Amino acid sequence: MADKRVKEPKGVKLDHISKIYQDPKTSKEFYAVHDVALEMKPGSFVTLLGPSGCGKTTTLRMIAGFESPDEGEIYLGGEPINALTPNKRDTAMVFQSYALFPHYNVFDNVAYGLRLRKVPKDEIKRRVTDILALVELSGMESRMTNQLSGGQQQRVALARALVVEPGVLLFDEPLSNLDAKLRVQMRTEIRRIQQKLGITAIYVTHDQSEAMSISDQIILMKGGVIAQMGTPMEIYYHPNSEFVADFIGECNFLKGKIGGRDGNVTTIDLPAGKVGVTTDKATPPGDDAEIVVRPAAIVIADQGQLPCKVELSCFMGSYQNYHVRVGDTLVKITDNCPVNKKIYSVGDSAYISFEASCAHLL
Amino acid sequence: MAKGQGAALDRKKLMADPIMMTTIVVLIAFLTLFILYPLAILLVDSLYGSNGFSIDTFKRIFGMWTFRRAIGNTLKVGFVVGILSTLIGLLFAYVEVYVRMRKVVGGLFKVVSMLPVVSPPFVLSLSMIMLFGRSGLITRFLLGIYDNDIYGYWGIVIVQTLTFFPVCYMMLKGLLKNIDPSMEEAARDMGASRWKVFTTVTFPLLLPGLGNAFLVTFIESIADFANPMIIGGSYDTLATTIYLQITGAMDKEGAAAMAVVLLCITLAMFAVQKYYLERKTAATLTGKASRGRMLIEDKSVTVPLTILCSLGAIFVIMMYICVPIGALFPTWGYRFTPLTFKWFSQVFTRYRGLQAFRDSFVLSLIASPITALLSMIISYLVVKRKFKAKGFIEAVSILAMAVPGTVLGVGYIRGFANGIFHTGILSSLYGTGLILIIVFVVRSLPTGTRSGISALRQIDKSIEESAYDMGADSLKVFTSVTLPLIKDSFLSGLVTAFVRSITAISAIILLVTPSYLLITVQINEFAEKGAFSIACAFATILIIITYGAVLLMNLFIKFFGTSRKQKEVE
Repeated sequence: MADKRVKEPKGVKLDHISKIYQDPKTSKEFYAVHDVALEMKPGSFVTLLGPSGCGKTTTLRMIAGFESPDEGEIYLGGEPINALTPNKRDTAMVFQSYALFPHYNVFDNVAYGLRLRKVPKDEIKRRVTDILALVELSGMESRMTNQLSGGQQQRVALARALVVEPGVLLFDEPLSNLDAKLRVQMRTEIRRIQQKLGITAIYVTHDQSEAMSISDQIILMKGGVIAQMGTPMEIYYHPNSEFVADFIGECNFLKGKIGGRDGNVTTIDLPAGKVGVTTDKATPPGDDAEIVVRPAAIVIADQGQLPCKVELSCFMGSYQNYHVRVGDTLVKITDNCPVNKKIYSVGDSAYISFEASCAHLL
Repeated sequence: MAKGQGAALDRKKLMADPIMMTTIVVLIAFLTLFILYPLAILLVDSLYGSNGFSIDTFKRIFGMWTFRRAIGNTLKVGFVVGILSTLIGLLFAYVEVYVRMRKVVGGLFKVVSMLPVVSPPFVLSLSMIMLFGRSGLITRFLLGIYDNDIYGYWGIVIVQTLTFFPVCYMMLKGLLKNIDPSMEEAARDMGASRWKVFTTVTFPLLLPGLGNAFLVTFIESIADFANPMIIGGSYDTLATTIYLQITGAMDKEGAAAMAVVLLCITLAMFAVQKYYLERKTAATLTGKASRGRMLIEDKSVTVPLTILCSLGAIFVIMMYICVPIGALFPTWGYRFTPLTFKWFSQVFTRYRGLQAFRDSFVLSLIASPITALLSMIISYLVVKRKFKAKGFIEAVSILAMAVPGTVLGVGYIRGFANGIFHTGILSSLYGTGLILIIVFVVRSLPTGTRSGISALRQIDKSIEESAYDMGADSLKVFTSVTLPLIKDSFLSGLVTAFVRSITAISAIILLVTPSYLLITVQINEFAEKGAFSIACAFATILIIITYGAVLLMNLFIKFFGTSRKQKEVE
């Protein structure tokens, strides 16, 4: 079976790599990727996440070998691979456009890499059949690629990369051409297969929910540098900057001053009142402070920590969406499962509150 | 900031790919030796004589009033032909894209756009003389005019316009199809009349494209050798003057200097066309038509336009048909019956026709696969790969497009007759069939490369990258992915190269030696001697060969083309 892998997955180490590009208009040089240093464990699923132009795809293409780093060294399984051409690297990439060979059928597409490696014919047949079963495409072997749906093409692209058992599997925004529903289904599928095979995967996306749902580790990039790396939960609940907090999901920023400290809970004096926030940081009282609270962590009620005025109240099905004004600040709230709760209307006065552990001090 | 390491790594990766390295080196050597060097030697020869560096040669040729007149003539003809071809091309393109017309008329249009491609360059001159000349079928027998002189300015202008306007028509048709109909509908909706829409929306959008078509025709006209040769009479253009300077006056230095002048003119035009107009065209007409265009059905518009274009098309087709028919008359201009095959048999019995066709056929057959493969490799490198010398390769292979055949021919004479830089190295190349093949290749390379580049741009870069990533080396990527995907384009490049080679004359006529008989050179000779029936017989057989090649290609693409399996699905 395909899940009995002969080869061990490989780790990837980026040793302070940089890539310099030239602006075609001003011919000024700039860093597309700057001093990116990180280590990816064998068998882990790592996502490079960030807005367009943040350098995530360039980083991935440097690992694949299509681009050469201007500074630093890339290691694959402990070996430096800077000077290797893409065809000599133990990587396989799944492209955004799938990049299937239109003149081959499904079987020949998947067998392409194996034939290059001069694998015996009967073994090719066995391995291709196994891998197509794994991606649930059995029986489609003789179809031409343009007879497949987008999702099926995606699976062929995945099978073609998996079948050569690469040391590391690279994904370049593989789901961005699929519709929303299929995207969710495919990402679950990719995660399932990756875990089943225990393969190292590096995944590039600009979709934060995709990143959070499949990754062991997220590397959030901005302007060519790493903004933050950590597990999805760390990044979601403990962002280290406004950019990270905002990029990874909708959130509220509340500004005030550091008040007293009780254990690991620090009190923040906001213009509208006092709130608590759990933190390890020991910031001296009186300093400026900014806290992040996710919309779902806030409760709206008749009693609470901060008084507010409702400016928008909108039924969304699974939740009620509120925009409320707290002092000068607009606060977004998602009130889950609103069916048995009191619904506030625009113009109503109410209170909001949240647990200290749900807030994060920047 | 230093890009040093990345560049060094890119270099290292290139070195690790010996096939790619070899290909690049061989390509650069070929382009330098057979395109750049012959042009460079012209400049060197005309500036550096036996008494060192001087501009005496240029002073001498500009002192010749025949040369000064030839420059004036050439520019005048080019300008008028450019304007006329663009206007007629625009009319045809507009009617095809905007006016509802019958299938028959559409068929006529297709034939008209096809004919210049498969015909030898001087066919129209031949039929022009036969129809409108002193003993022309129309002038003398229908109209009773005995002294009609079509040799000269008007002859060249008419023949070149009829030859080149289909090119403009094809170019402008492509552009008109790219105009989004919604823009014109918006103007109509706001109250503009159809004419107003044309003058305020369509025409301004098309203007850079028109300029582009004009310059392309201008360059073609200036570079044209065959038509002025046959129908020009005493009206000399630069191309014919250069030819006569070599073959008549035996003044090779003078011819070299003249060739430099001609080259400078075409290069300047080409630079404007390539770097200014083409970009502007792309900037105004990038959009794809969002949906079909409402065709004009108003009879007061469609009827006159259709009739006008149909008449024009029929006239052009008649001109072409005149050639095979002319070969069947016993004596053109005197006796028209009974039809006879005597000229065709004389081609083979008296005039060594078999050898001429064999030589032309074999040389072109060898040249065309080389051209097709070379242009595909160049396009692949230019579109899909990055390396230092890429700019050079692209620039030189496109530059060749702007080099008139006559200039190249003179360059080869100067460059190879006495060896490289007159040292005797490689001088054995001169006068062989090999150099003719090389000229064929160089002459067809730019068109092949251009269509190869546009075919490859259609293919997602990541398809090749994924093959590369899976472990294929450059050769394997090219043969297993790139080439199969552009098979159609490769095939048509093959046939285009064949047709262009077998119908080529301008450079070849300067380089051919008595050991090779080429059809085009034969036709030119007979036409100059006034032996039109024999010239027509040769030309007819040539047209049959080229048309057969095109038919064969279409059949081949239909049955073995890449897109067949994909098309079946759609």
